[in-house]
Amino acid sequence: MPFEGLTQKLSDIFKKLRGKGKLTEADVDAALREVRLSLLEADVNYKVVKEFISNIRQRAVGEEVLSSLTPAQQVIKIVYEELAAIMGKDVRRLDLTGSPPAVILLLGLQGSGKTTTAGKIALLLKKQGKHVMCVSCDVWRPAAQRQLEIVAQKAGAGFFTLGGDSKAEDIARAGIAQARRQGYDVVILDTAGRLQIDEDMMEEARRIASVSEPQEKILVVDAMTGQEACKVAQVFDEKVGISGIILTKVDSDARGGAALSVVKVTGKPILFASTGEKIEDFEVFHPDRMASRILGMGDVLTLIEKAQEAIDEEKAREFERKLRKNQFTLDDFLEQMRDMRKMGSIGDILRMIPGFSRAKLDIDVDPKDWTRVEAIIQSMTKEERRRPEIIDGSRKKRIAKGSGTSVQDVNRLLKKFSEARKMMSRLSSMDKAGKFPF
Amino acid sequence: MGLFEKLKASLSKTSAFLREGIDRALRPGAIGPESFEEIEALLIQVDVGVKAAGEIVEEVKERLKREKIQDPGRLVSLIEEKVAAILSTTSKPLRVSDSPPTVYLLVGVNGSGKTTTAAKLAYRWTSQGKTAIAAACDTFRAAAAEQLEVWSRRVGMEIIKHQEGSDPAAVAFDAAHAALARRKDLLVVDTAGRLHTKKNLMEELRKVVRVIAREIPGAPHEILLVIDGTTGQNGLIQARVFTEAVGVTGVVLTKLDGSAKGGIAVAIAGELGLPIKLVGVGEGLDDLKDFDPAGFAKALFAGDRSDQV
Repeated sequence: MPFEGLTQKLSDIFKKLRGKGKLTEADVDAALREVRLSLLEADVNYKVVKEFISNIRQRAVGEEVLSSLTPAQQVIKIVYEELAAIMGKDVRRLDLTGSPPAVILLLGLQGSGKTTTAGKIALLLKKQGKHVMCVSCDVWRPAAQRQLEIVAQKAGAGFFTLGGDSKAEDIARAGIAQARRQGYDVVILDTAGRLQIDEDMMEEARRIASVSEPQEKILVVDAMTGQEACKVAQVFDEKVGISGIILTKVDSDARGGAALSVVKVTGKPILFASTGEKIEDFEVFHPDRMASRILGMGDVLTLIEKAQEAIDEEKAREFERKLRKNQFTLDDFLEQMRDMRKMGSIGDILRMIPGFSRAKLDIDVDPKDWTRVEAIIQSMTKEERRRPEIIDGSRKKRIAKGSGTSVQDVNRLLKKFSEARKMMSRLSSMDKAGKFPF
Repeated sequence: MGLFEKLKASLSKTSAFLREGIDRALRPGAIGPESFEEIEALLIQVDVGVKAAGEIVEEVKERLKREKIQDPGRLVSLIEEKVAAILSTTSKPLRVSDSPPTVYLLVGVNGSGKTTTAAKLAYRWTSQGKTAIAAACDTFRAAAAEQLEVWSRRVGMEIIKHQEGSDPAAVAFDAAHAALARRKDLLVVDTAGRLHTKKNLMEELRKVVRVIAREIPGAPHEILLVIDGTTGQNGLIQARVFTEAVGVTGVVLTKLDGSAKGGIAVAIAGELGLPIKLVGVGEGLDDLKDFDPAGFAKALFAGDRSDQV
């Protein structure tokens, strides 16, 4: 959960505020003082905080807000809007215009996650039907090229590099030429990690940028870096020029300093957020939705998008039909679980639902449990999957043996399934529109 | 360049910031309770942490009163002394086992520099004629084992690796046996980066520790948490969670040659009582140094004193 600490603090502050029927200017000031402290503690840039608080104050202590029927709500709404504003307000998409291949150059400090990010962007673009080639210009870190090769393969993208003592900029040039010949739409240039104060390496970055003429020069930033990210971004921008930022490791408990400071301080937008280790754990950065998550208000929009991405529409319709006729089988159950898994962990999913985001959740299912459920269902005959009620004691024993689990495990699964079935038949009779139960 | 010079250079931004701020807080006519609040805020801003910063300021205030110190210039050295004291209470050298192999396990979040640290750590041994072997327990990240393998060749150690996606505990098991059978002086275990927020990955790490402890009694002799020096305050949380999960025995602060603020060392030592054992101050093989509390504190407050010399 990104920025959990901050979320906790802010919701405590707002709870206090909500407890009051009428608000005075002093109440608002007291709350804002606390907001200010929690932002500073979250490592948000001092100047950004100052401006943020003064903006809110200006809007919040007006007659209209204080004399409204729900003053606390109004104040929170203002905080939400200002929070979204400091992260950039609108979504900024990748610019891939111009004659192909469009070139995306990734830059950043060591260990910020450039190579992994290259694979994630490749997959994202691949899903949009683009042909992507990953080019490794990292001639420094051992096995960096091999890592990108594997990652590119996972993403279904092409890969290029030059061995031996090639210079990074020569690899970039040759890679782009090759991509052009082979008709690729996009080239992603991965580079070695470099410190912004390392003159030689910054010079190398400049050379790569000048031979590759990238549409996007993106700085990859570790969210845990905090507001130090601003300084790093400023120097990279001065020396190489950057067009945007990708935040990585947002699934940590980073305090928010990077996300909340960097846009305002550098004037560069955040394009994506990387939210997990898996190649598909990558999101377009929506400032408003992030603000909503930080304030503990959930993020239903992202959830719906994730569901749409993970679930085939055709399958969903088929599923719905079965639901209506109450023909939901264990095969469907298995499939549905697989779809859920594609969306991320249960905990991640729940936290995007308003009301759950603030709850301390400890329900993440061990991936091994998923595997167990899969094994159990796959150890059943087709008939058993269709009509689980025929599974008696001896069948249970056989299934347990076949899946390497115990009869209790089988029982537990069957119970879960019958509950799910009951709930779904209730849902389908209740909601004739037959929407997917999210 | 000596270690102190390197540290001083890498912490120069922090120390300049601190000196400037402290001078501002103590400018003539402005000294009062607010000066201390300002100094506290300065310390927090360089990642010293709320608790340690409060402690430092309290003690300095106390001493000023008790020793009737009038000269504001003395204040900096009082702060520096207190920081050095915090850092050195936990300071301990790396443990070395009487009966080889000595086993060091490296853990940390993604991208903190574990693999590079593993190599540099081994180099400290191999460059002295000792033998080392590495366990490539990062079976998750693409080409992680290959990265360690290239390093191993450079520093002259052997390596035990399995296929990508295999069980890291199995790699640890094989490596422990290889280290014993081949009579290695050092076994260094590199693990996959994991965010401390991931429960099941911490469980995986515990299993690696269990396997090592079972196969080599007394091992691992150090469980070193590798923290990226530029991380800042999140490093404190990482240290807390990893310590709870696997019992970290010491911290390696890497990338101190960059824009690291450095105060995190004080926070870790002060709040968690966890010793900083090593610092990475450069990209060279021998740029992994023993942590020196007094030198570190001095570098942190060195500021630019050239005008005063």
